[in-house]
Amino acid sequence: MKKQRTGIDWGGLAKSRPFWLGVILLALASVFSFNFIRGNGGEMFSYLVIDFFSTGIFMATPLILASIGAVFSERSGVVNIGMEGMMLIGAFFGVMVSHFTGNAWLGVLGGMAAGGLTAAIHAYVCISHHANQTVSGVAINIFATALTGFLLKSVFHRAGQTDRVAKLANWILPDFIRDIPVIGDILGSNTPPVYLALLLVIVAQVVLFYTPLGLRIRACGEHPEAADTVGINVTGTRYFCVILSGVLAGLGGVTLSLGQLSLFKEGMTDGRGFIAIAAMIFGKWTPVGAFLASLFFGLATGFKFISQSWNMTSIPTDFLMMLPYILTMLALAGFVGRLTPPASSGLPYRRRGSA
Amino acid sequence: MSYSAATEPNGQPILQMRGITKAFPGILANSDVDFELKKGEIHCLLGENGAGKSTLMKILYGLYKQDKGEILYKGRPLVVSGPADTLKKGIGMVHQHFMLIKPLTVAENLVLGNEPVKAGFLIDQKRAKAELLEISHNFGLAIDPDARILDISVGMQQRVEILKALHRGAEVLILDEPTAVLTPQETKELFVIMRKLIADGKSIIFISHKLKEVLEISDRVTVINHGRIIGSVETSKTTASQLANMMVGREVELVVQKSKAKPGKEAFRVENLTAENDRGLPALRGVSFDVKEGEILGICGVDGNGQTELVQCITGMRKLASGKVTLNGKDITNLPPRKCYEAGIVHVPEDRQKHGLVLDFTVAENMVLQNFNKKPFSSGINLKWDVIKSHARKLISEFDVRTPDEDTAAGSLSGGNQQKAILARELSRTPSLIIVAQPTRGLDVGAIEYIHRKLVAERDAGKAVLLVSLELDEIMALSDRIAVMYEGRIMGIMPIEEATEEKLGLMMAGSVPQASKGVM
Amino acid sequence: MADKGKNSALKELIVPLTAVLIGIVLGGVLMALTGVNPFEGYKALILGCFGKLEYVSETIVYTTPLIFTGLAIAVGFRCGLFNIGVEGQYIMGLIGASIVGAMDLGLPTVIHLPLTMLSGMAFGAIWASVPGFLKARFGIHEVVNSIMMNYVALYLSHYLVNGPIKDPAITSPYSREILSTAKLWRFFGEGSPIRVNMGIVIAIAAAFLVYYLLFKTTIGYQIRAVGFNPEAARYGGISVQTNIVAAMFISGAIAGLAGSVQVMGIQFKFLDLFAFQGYGFDGIAIALVGKSHPLGVLPAALLFGILQRGSQTMQMLAGVPKETIGIMQGVIILIVAAEGVVKGWLPVRRILGTDRRPAAKEVGKA
Repeated sequence: MKKQRTGIDWGGLAKSRPFWLGVILLALASVFSFNFIRGNGGEMFSYLVIDFFSTGIFMATPLILASIGAVFSERSGVVNIGMEGMMLIGAFFGVMVSHFTGNAWLGVLGGMAAGGLTAAIHAYVCISHHANQTVSGVAINIFATALTGFLLKSVFHRAGQTDRVAKLANWILPDFIRDIPVIGDILGSNTPPVYLALLLVIVAQVVLFYTPLGLRIRACGEHPEAADTVGINVTGTRYFCVILSGVLAGLGGVTLSLGQLSLFKEGMTDGRGFIAIAAMIFGKWTPVGAFLASLFFGLATGFKFISQSWNMTSIPTDFLMMLPYILTMLALAGFVGRLTPPASSGLPYRRRGSA
Repeated sequence: MSYSAATEPNGQPILQMRGITKAFPGILANSDVDFELKKGEIHCLLGENGAGKSTLMKILYGLYKQDKGEILYKGRPLVVSGPADTLKKGIGMVHQHFMLIKPLTVAENLVLGNEPVKAGFLIDQKRAKAELLEISHNFGLAIDPDARILDISVGMQQRVEILKALHRGAEVLILDEPTAVLTPQETKELFVIMRKLIADGKSIIFISHKLKEVLEISDRVTVINHGRIIGSVETSKTTASQLANMMVGREVELVVQKSKAKPGKEAFRVENLTAENDRGLPALRGVSFDVKEGEILGICGVDGNGQTELVQCITGMRKLASGKVTLNGKDITNLPPRKCYEAGIVHVPEDRQKHGLVLDFTVAENMVLQNFNKKPFSSGINLKWDVIKSHARKLISEFDVRTPDEDTAAGSLSGGNQQKAILARELSRTPSLIIVAQPTRGLDVGAIEYIHRKLVAERDAGKAVLLVSLELDEIMALSDRIAVMYEGRIMGIMPIEEATEEKLGLMMAGSVPQASKGVM
Repeated sequence: MADKGKNSALKELIVPLTAVLIGIVLGGVLMALTGVNPFEGYKALILGCFGKLEYVSETIVYTTPLIFTGLAIAVGFRCGLFNIGVEGQYIMGLIGASIVGAMDLGLPTVIHLPLTMLSGMAFGAIWASVPGFLKARFGIHEVVNSIMMNYVALYLSHYLVNGPIKDPAITSPYSREILSTAKLWRFFGEGSPIRVNMGIVIAIAAAFLVYYLLFKTTIGYQIRAVGFNPEAARYGGISVQTNIVAAMFISGAIAGLAGSVQVMGIQFKFLDLFAFQGYGFDGIAIALVGKSHPLGVLPAALLFGILQRGSQTMQMLAGVPKETIGIMQGVIILIVAAEGVVKGWLPVRRILGTDRRPAAKEVGKA
């Protein structure tokens, strides 16, 4: 990675599109906040902010988990469009295991394992049999939708959604954090995956850019033949990264089903797996970038709930529902030309001439 | 000009390959090959493209496994599980296409796979840098550890490759066509490095198809041809034509016979072209030259000095920032490819598989790549397959393209036949200017001869030919006038009579020779 | 086309055939796991598709949109594009046809009918051109964008049918019924439960048209060239950007046509959708099994039509969850995508005769 210079690169900042996007959003938010405070008072405003960001961070959590998983997968050279399916499977198996064991944490493990197993199929087909990675990912999505519907019927004898199951209790942070005004209320009490996700961002960034494992992963994604010639096990590394992405996607799915709702509903991932991929691209294939992008999309998704409960606009619900998807497209379109994935991403690696 | 090795080889074989046989579907790449490397010698493996040199070395290096035969290293059988294993045992390879990770730094590339660690799990960047500086100092190969591979020159990248091998304790180095990407001056530097390595006790296998270099640097030469060893000789006791003979198995015309050119009026002119490359850096900095009817203008230079961008700009594949391109008096600056073709340009591209052909299309479909939507090949939006196919059949027989029929996929043709097919297509469009870039890259001697003869024939028929090539021999054999490109500029243009390899070599490396300034 | 001869035809077909076979076996296994006798299950499937004339008609009705979506995706594949947005383009086709079909402008059938059909195609084509343009101009992967457009289409249709285009005369969220001048001829009359109509004829005609387009026209040549090798296409003077947008446009038009035909022949109006109907996703499997060839799409679509239709009766008569079909589908796609799995399998190698190592020849040069 480029060596960071100390100090702020003002010239680069002025040319950066995310910067101006942030400025515009900040300006709009300020205008809106000002009006709101005038109309409803400061205390109500602080409740609004807390609600907005809490919802936003919760909405963002599955995206954070899945997009960081996608970063690892793609950095090692394997495109994973099947994240949507892996999240769905994770959501379902989390509920199923929780249902049979009565323990939500076992459900979490179950969801992660199911996601990992699904990713193993993707890995096998793509790495060992050189399948077209996009097609395989789409197949996994179709398969996941069908499988979860099938199991819903055969295991729970229900259609549409399951009954309630044991869900994860919120973790409550120590008082000294919760006492911080506004921020304390946002972060103080959340479902555990939120904290896991925030921790993951830091761990993932360190691993990918400061450890030998991360260096090797990046080598596999840029130039697998070069990595092979210095003794790196390209196949093994890629399997690891793809399965990891499945585990994280599964955890993201579990966040949806066990984190708040305590049940599984058909199609509950609703395209989040794809938004996570967009977040990965938007975040330039780095964990921190993916995190920020996921936060952005999470806030957008949360916005539609907030505006309904706070009665903020008269825009029809349906258009608010479209917001995350439109924003995703705009975000991708706005970052033209500067988005280069790892060089070997999507290309199967064959060691030529062996056997 | 033949240097003798700095130290005498001590006569003990350090490496022996016996009876190596390796077959791929349809090709016997190595057939009962014996090869021996003595300690402290520079041994050259000489052969044309496709002769089997790379395969043999890849077997040695552990990337392939031989079907039959054994390898002895330091007297003991060599059994490896892969390239990294071979490297650990002391045999290192410097590949033709570098095995470097572009976005990473030199230091990171060096320690990849063997990273120094601090605090148990973090990469120790300082130690990595120190290791690199130590080893580069030991062998006199100066390099900046923090530079990213994609920012440094090709010659520097090659150094990193060499350092990588040395860092892991290689005693035998295999250099695979290392001079393909170097200027004559950088090649001389490489030879100095090689002699220093020999003096340090290393042994080197040097793979090449360039006779002059082989004669200059090696102690022994082994010639491989069509997968078989023809013979091994001591370099001091052989000549270029003897080696060429061994390489091809017959008397080879090293220079194509051609009569003196009779150039006519100016057909093509470029003035002050400037353009950027893919990374936004200037690739052309004011290029001007002209090509007359009935002559071949050869543009030579080391890869990466703007030749690729030049061809792209005059064929409409890249935008010119400024400058003018004229064909037969008509301004064709920045016209898209289709319009360039309509104006009378034909173009045999340097990468035949990437640009020249759609490999999944049939030969017939490829033959109409530029004019499938013109009469007589189509009327309106309807393709006329009978016309397309008969046209293809005609070209196939006229240009001796070896293919079962016109409905075979282009991808199943051999390299030489693919190139002939492209040439057939281009020449059949009655051009005013023929642009050929690296026309004989990767081809065997027979195909090369054929293509060279065809180009001279076109010249004799009064066409203007622009030849861009990285092979100085080819330029000097075919051109009537030669232009040298360096860093996006034309260093000089001279008629063939005035051109010598030394002059051209100097200009290719950026210095203008004292004697003559040449025609601009 | 490239290789000739019987052996190569077999080579082309062996992978999809094996995949389908494995899918069927897998379906049987799944049925057994849920306590159903696979033979009973498949018998219910066959009965449900061919037992009565009405059932045969229903099978055809299920197959018709699948032919269109399979064709749409096949066209995209030929240009190297993965148009997952067929699902959303189909919805837009439904909308377009419902709106124009219900417009009472006194137009005679000979104008109103094709106009309605074209409206659906236009809606679909425009919807597909957005990701197409973004890919051509900005290089953004069409998969993510197409999927986003699917969701936007879903919510947009939901909004429209509950609001602006809702039929005021009824409480359910349906659009107005289209006029008789926009309805496709039902072979057995509008009152009959046998719903088979001109749609199937249009679908089969479309397959032949697409075949002609891809292999006999300059447009098809360009699209295929760009799909195989965009760099060489550029070199040859073909505009890669234009062709990407054109391929998506055509693909979207075909998907929109699926919607048109569905409205004009079966539904006669737009019914609120709460989720994707899946014709688009099925189209992916169909295009893959049919090897992206228009004439291969026809039998593949029929197969999936049978599976879809049969899944209803399998569920009713034999208690097999209809998601079984979806699982089979996913597995079939995976297997077709990973050709190597099939081609490396010993029984397949024996059939193809690729079991023996080819005799090594001398290197022969031109």
